[in-house]
Amino acid sequence: MASILRFRKLCYMEPVKFRTFDESPKLYQKLDKKADDNNVILTANSVLETDTKKKKCTKKPSKEWRCVDTCCWMIGCLCTTWWFLLFLYHCFPATLPGFQVPESPGVRLKRDGLTANHPVVLVPGFVTGGLELWEGRPCAEGLFRKRLWGGSFTEIFKRPSCWLEHLSLDNETGLDPPGIRVRPVPGLVAADYFATGYFVWAVLIENLAKIGYEGKNLYMAAYDWRLSFQNTEIRDQALSRLKSKIELLYVTNGYKKVVVVPHSMGVIYFLHFLKWVETPPPMGGGGGPGWCAKHIKAVMNIGPAFLGVPKTVSNLFSAEGKDIAYLRAMAPGVLDSEILGLQTLEHVMRVSRTWDSVISLMPKGGETIWGNLDSSPDEGHACQSVKKGQYAPSSNGMNANHTDINTGFQVKETVKCGRIISFGKAESELSSSQIPNLDTEEFLRSSSSKNVNSSCGEVWTEYDEMSRESIRKVAEKKVYTARTLLDLLRFVAPKMMQRAEAHFSHGIADNLDDPKYAHYKYWSNPLETKCCPEVTNSVKWDICLRLPDAPDMEIHCLYGVGIPTERSYVYKLSPTNKCKNIPFRIDASANGDENSCLKGGVYFVDGDDSVPVLSAGFMCAKGWRGRTRFNPSGIATYVREYKHKPPTSLLEGRGIESGAHVDIMGNVALIEDVLRVAAGASGAEIGGDQIYSDIRRMSERINLEL
Amino acid sequence: MSFLRRRKGSETSKSQNSDSHKQEKSKRRGEDESKRKGDEEKIRKWSCLDSCCWFIGCVCLTWWLLLFLYNAMPASLPQYVTEAITGPLPDPPGLKLWKEGLKAKHPIVFVPGIVTGGLELWEGHQCADGLFRKRLWGGTFGELYKRPLCWVEHMSLDNETGLDPSGIRVRPVSGLVAADYFAPGYFVWAVLIANLARIGYEEKTMYMAAYDWRISFQNTEVRDQTLSRIKSNIELMVATNGGKKVVVIPHSMGVLYFLHFMKWVEATTPMGGGGGSDWCAKHIKAVMNIGGPFLGVPKAVAGLFSIEAKDIAVARAFAPGVLNKDVFGLQTLQHIMRMTRTWDATMSMIPKGGDTIWGGLDWSPEGGYNCNAKKLKNNDTCTACQNGNGDLASTKKVNYGRFISFGKDVAEAHSSKFERMDFRGAVKGSNLVNKTRCDVWTEYHEMGVGGVKAVADCKVYTAGSILDLLQFVAPRLMARGGAQFSYGIADNLDDPKYSHYKYWSNPLETKLPNAPNMEIYSMYGVGVPTERAYVYKLTPASECYIPFQIDSSADGGSVDSCLKGGVLSVNGDETVPVLSAGFMGAKGWRGKTRFNPSGIRTYIREYDHAPPANLLEGRGSQSGAHVDIMGNFALIEDILRVAAGATGEHLGGDQVYSDIFKWSEKIDLQL
Repeated sequence: MASILRFRKLCYMEPVKFRTFDESPKLYQKLDKKADDNNVILTANSVLETDTKKKKCTKKPSKEWRCVDTCCWMIGCLCTTWWFLLFLYHCFPATLPGFQVPESPGVRLKRDGLTANHPVVLVPGFVTGGLELWEGRPCAEGLFRKRLWGGSFTEIFKRPSCWLEHLSLDNETGLDPPGIRVRPVPGLVAADYFATGYFVWAVLIENLAKIGYEGKNLYMAAYDWRLSFQNTEIRDQALSRLKSKIELLYVTNGYKKVVVVPHSMGVIYFLHFLKWVETPPPMGGGGGPGWCAKHIKAVMNIGPAFLGVPKTVSNLFSAEGKDIAYLRAMAPGVLDSEILGLQTLEHVMRVSRTWDSVISLMPKGGETIWGNLDSSPDEGHACQSVKKGQYAPSSNGMNANHTDINTGFQVKETVKCGRIISFGKAESELSSSQIPNLDTEEFLRSSSSKNVNSSCGEVWTEYDEMSRESIRKVAEKKVYTARTLLDLLRFVAPKMMQRAEAHFSHGIADNLDDPKYAHYKYWSNPLETKCCPEVTNSVKWDICLRLPDAPDMEIHCLYGVGIPTERSYVYKLSPTNKCKNIPFRIDASANGDENSCLKGGVYFVDGDDSVPVLSAGFMCAKGWRGRTRFNPSGIATYVREYKHKPPTSLLEGRGIESGAHVDIMGNVALIEDVLRVAAGASGAEIGGDQIYSDIRRMSERINLEL
Repeated sequence: MSFLRRRKGSETSKSQNSDSHKQEKSKRRGEDESKRKGDEEKIRKWSCLDSCCWFIGCVCLTWWLLLFLYNAMPASLPQYVTEAITGPLPDPPGLKLWKEGLKAKHPIVFVPGIVTGGLELWEGHQCADGLFRKRLWGGTFGELYKRPLCWVEHMSLDNETGLDPSGIRVRPVSGLVAADYFAPGYFVWAVLIANLARIGYEEKTMYMAAYDWRISFQNTEVRDQTLSRIKSNIELMVATNGGKKVVVIPHSMGVLYFLHFMKWVEATTPMGGGGGSDWCAKHIKAVMNIGGPFLGVPKAVAGLFSIEAKDIAVARAFAPGVLNKDVFGLQTLQHIMRMTRTWDATMSMIPKGGDTIWGGLDWSPEGGYNCNAKKLKNNDTCTACQNGNGDLASTKKVNYGRFISFGKDVAEAHSSKFERMDFRGAVKGSNLVNKTRCDVWTEYHEMGVGGVKAVADCKVYTAGSILDLLQFVAPRLMARGGAQFSYGIADNLDDPKYSHYKYWSNPLETKLPNAPNMEIYSMYGVGVPTERAYVYKLTPASECYIPFQIDSSADGGSVDSCLKGGVLSVNGDETVPVLSAGFMGAKGWRGKTRFNPSGIRTYIREYDHAPPANLLEGRGSQSGAHVDIMGNFALIEDILRVAAGATGEHLGGDQVYSDIFKWSEKIDLQL
C-alpha cells in the first residue's frame, strides 16, 4: 500500500508543485497505520489523482491561454485606459479651475502697457540648434530635410553609426566631409524646443509674443554650431545673413535698433559677429565703423560663456563632461561605455573632436583669469553656501554643517581650482612646491617621439596614435592649469588643436592695437578684442543728426547662480590598455569631506550648472566695466544674476525660478528683464546690477591690466 | 468559495475525528480546488469587456509588430517592390541631371500660391488657448475638427479693413517648411526642393517667399513687410552667391503676387520698395511661372458667388464631411463663405480683361474647343472617332463667354433668343428673411428676395458683367477688393493713375520692368478639363441660405459635351484655363508690346497631363494638374536646367500642346 502510494506520489505529486506536498509523506505514513480509513485514503488519493490528472490535462491549454491571451488582455486594458485618459485630458479645459497657473510675465507686462518696440534677435548656443540633412550617404536614405540633431533623435537608435558619420565633420578642414551636407534648421523652430517637450527658447518667444512680437520683429539667428565661427560665414554665409536680417529688422520696424539675446556659446558667436561686421570685406562684413552703434540697442547675454567653460576640457580630454552635450541625458543606456562593445564614449569623442566650435569654449585668459597652481580667483568659495542656498528647506544632514559654515571652517581647506586637471586627489591638494616641476615645453619636446600604435588598425581618436609611454608621461606631469592645459591638448590631440587654433585664440592681449589682432581668430575672445570701439563716436553722430535721445548700446550679463558647477577635475589613468580606448578618465572615487567642493572627481564652484560665475560675469563686472582698454567707448554693462530655486513640485516642470544654464530661459525674472529691455527700458531702468554671488570679489582678485 | 469548502468538508466528514492533519490536508486541497474552480469561473466569465480588451490588445500588438517591422525595414524596400511591379523607375530629374554634371548656380526663390502656405497663430482669443505657434492652416488641420467655430473665427479677417481682427494675429509660417507639404503626405514644393538639393541647392540658395495669402498683396507689406523681406532676401542671396541673379518660381496666385512685387520693388518709397528702375534687371534672371492665373480663374467667381468652386479652397477635399450642407445644422457653407469673403486675396483671381479676353455673350476665344479631343486620346473608342469628325455641331453651342447662366437652356440659346433684365436697379430692401435667426452673416441676407430674383432674371453674365454682379451681391466685399485689385485693360499705360498699387497685379494694366535680359516662362499643365463657366439655379427658398447654387443636373446632351454637372469645362490644368495661363506669354508679352516695353523674352512650356498609371505612383510624375504638376519630372527638369544656367533657347523654346496660339489670335487686344 505504502509503496503504491509512494509510487503514486512520485508519479503524480512530484512534478506538480502542490502546496500540500511537504506534508504529504508524513500524512501518508500516518495513514498507513490506520487501515480502517482505507477508503478515505483511497478517495483522498483518487481525488489527488484526478486533480493532478485534471491539472495535467488542463495545464497545457490553460497555460497558452494565460500567456498570450492575458498579455493581450493586459495590453488591451492598458491601451483602453490610456486612450480614455487621453480623451479625458483632451476634453478638459486647458486650465483646470482649481489649478492656479502663475501668470506669465508677458501677460502681466502687457497689462502694464508694454508693447513690442525694439526688434529682437535670438542667438542660440551650443547643441541647442537643430541640424537637418541635405545630402547624405546611402545609409541615410529617406532622411532628406529630416532633423538629425534636435527633435526626437530617433535616428540615433535606428542607425547609430550612420548618424555619427553624418554629424562628424571633416578631420582636416573642419567643414563638411565629402558627400555629406548637414545644415542648420532655419527660423524660430531651430531652437524653440531642443527635443519634444524640452523647451529652450519657446517660453521666451511665447512671452515676447504676448506683448506683440511676431515673425517680422523676432528673428532666430540659427547657425551650424559645430563649425568654427568664421566657417559658418565661409560655408553658409551665416554672418552675412545675420547682418542683412538685422538691417532689415531695423528698417522695417521704423528704424528701431535691435535687442540681441544670445545664449551660452551664442554669446561668443555674437562677439565674433560684432567684430566681423565692422571689418572690411575680404575677412569681415564691411558694415563699417559704427554699424553696431547704429543697429544695436542692447546685447542681453544669457548664461554667457565669455571666458570659456571648464567642462569643455574634460569633454575634449576624455569625453566625460557631465552634460555639455545633452546626449548622455537623452540616451543614457547607449552611452554607457562598452555596452555590446560599442565604445560609445570613444565614438562620441571622435565625433565631437571634429567640431571646431568646442574649442571656442576652452577656458580663456590662462592663469591670469583661471588661477595658477596655487591660487585662483574663485578659491575660498564656500561650497556649503551654495548648498545652503539650494537646500535651505531640507533637513537631511546639511543642518549639521551649518555651524561649520559660520565658523569659516572651509577657508582653511582652500581648493586649488587653478589646477583644472590633476592626476590623483593628493596632487590636487598639494602645494605647488611639492609638485614635480616638469616644464611644459620640455615635456612637449621630449614626447615628440611618438610611435604609432599600428596594431589598432583604423585610427579613431588621436589617442590611438599615442604610445603608452607618452600617456604615462602626461599623467606624470600631475597638474595642469588653464595655460598648460592648452599644451596638454596640443600634445594629446595635435591635429585637432592645429585645426581649431587657426580659428580661436585663448590668450590675453597685451596690446590691443597690435595689427595681428585684426585676424578673425581673436574675435570671439573678449580679452583680445575691443568691444565696439566706434560706439560713442557714432552715437554722437546720431545725436547730432536725428536721434536726440539715442540711448547708448548696452551689454547685459544675465546668468543663474547657486548651482554647483564643474570647475576642475581629478583624473586617473584608465586601467585598460586596449585599442581605441580613452586612456584617461575622471577619478570618480575622489571625494572630499562632506562639505568639500570635491565630489566624484570634480571640483565645483558657484555657477549655473555649466558656466562658472567667473566666466559669465567677469567681463561685465570688471573687464568691460567703465572705460577699459577692452571697452574703449565705455559701453554700459550690467550684471543680472538670478538665484537658482529648484521647482517646488513636479507640476512646475523645470521651474519658473531656475538658474540652470538652459532652464534659466524659463525664469520669469529673466524673461521680464528681457521683455522690459525689448520694450525700450534701459539697463538702469530694470534695476542696474543684481548680484548674489561673489563675482565682484573674484573679479578684484584677477590681476588684469585694464 | 464557502460552498465549495463545505462540499469538501462533507466528503471527508468520516475521517474528521481520525486525523486533524487529514482535515487540514483536504481543506487545503479544497482551497486549492476552489482556486482552480475560481479560475475556471473566471474563464467562463470571460465577459464582453474582457474580450474587448483582448481584442484591442491583439490589435495593438499586431500594430506594434507591423510598425516595428516597418521601421526595421530598409528604406529602399518600397522602391524595390515598385520596381518589381512596374519595371525600373526613371531616375528623378535631380539625380539624372546631377549625373550629367549640372551644378547649383542661380539662387532660387519660391513664391507659393493661395491656400498652399501654412499659417500659424501668434495671438488668439480664449478659445484658441494652447495653439500658440501651432499651424491653423496646413499640417493636419486637427483644430478644424476640434473647435471648428474657433478655427473659423481665427482664420477670418476683419470685414472692413481686410486685416487682422482685434486680438487675433495669424501669421504665415516662414521658411521652406511653409509650403513644402500642404498636409502630411500631400507635397507641394517638396519634390522640387528635393530635386534641387540633388544638384547642390540648400537653405542658403533657396528661399521660400512665404506670405499671408489671405490678405491683399499690398497689405502683406503694410502688415508684415513681406515685400521688403523678399527684396532684402533676394539682395542677400545675390550678394552671397557671387552676384548670380535669382531664378524666381512662383506658383498659382504667387504669379500675381510676384508681378505685384516686381512693380512694387521699382516704385518709389512711400508706396513701393525704392529699389530703382533697374532692380529687376540686376537681380532676376528668370521668372518661371507655374500654372499662373495671369488673367484670373473662373473658379474664383463661383467661389465668391456661392462657395461652390470645386476646390478653390482645398479645404473641401480635406474635410468633406464637415462641409456637407446642413450637417448638424452647422451651416458650414455659410461659415466658409463668410470666412473666405474676408480674404481679399481671392479677389485677385477674378477674371481680368473683361469681354475682350474672356468672350462676350455669343463668342469666346476658345469657342471651337473640342471637349472630346482629350478623350479621343485616352480611350480610342470608335464611336468617339465618328463623333469627333462631326464635333463642330456639338461645340457650336458652347458659349464660354457666359460665365454664369441661369438655366441650361439659357446657357445654350443664342443671345437674341432671350431677354436680360437689368438687375442693378432692383430694390434690395424687401427683406423677408428673418435675420435674427441666422447666426452666420453673409451679405446675401441684405439682398432680400427681390434682389435675388433680379439677379436670376438677368440670365447670363459675361466676364465684364460678372463684376457688376459681384458688386451687387456683395457690395462691401467688392468695395474692399476694389481698392486693392483692378480687373480692366489699360488703354494708355502711361496714364499716371496706373502707378497705383491696385493695378500692379494685373498684367493688362502694367508694364513689365525694364529688364531685357530677364526671361519669363509660362509653365502649365494641359489636358485636364477645367471649369470655365457655370449653370446656376436658385436655391429652393429656405432661411439663411446662399440663394444660388450650381445646377448640377445640367448636363450636355451627348457623352462628349463640355457641360458636366452644371460646369462648362475647357482645356487647362484643372484650375486655371489655358487661356489665363498662356495668353500673356503667347501674345500679350510676346515680342516688344506695350505691356512688355523692353522686350523680355517669353516662353510657353506646356506639360500634357498623363494620369498616374497605378496607385504606386502616387500623384504621378507626369501630371498636369494644378498642384500635382509640381511633381512633374519634365517641369522639374526644365527648372533645374534654368537654375543651373540654361536659357529658354536651351530648353527648346516653346512647347505647346493646346490651341493657345490660335485662341490668342482671336483675342482682339491692342498691343
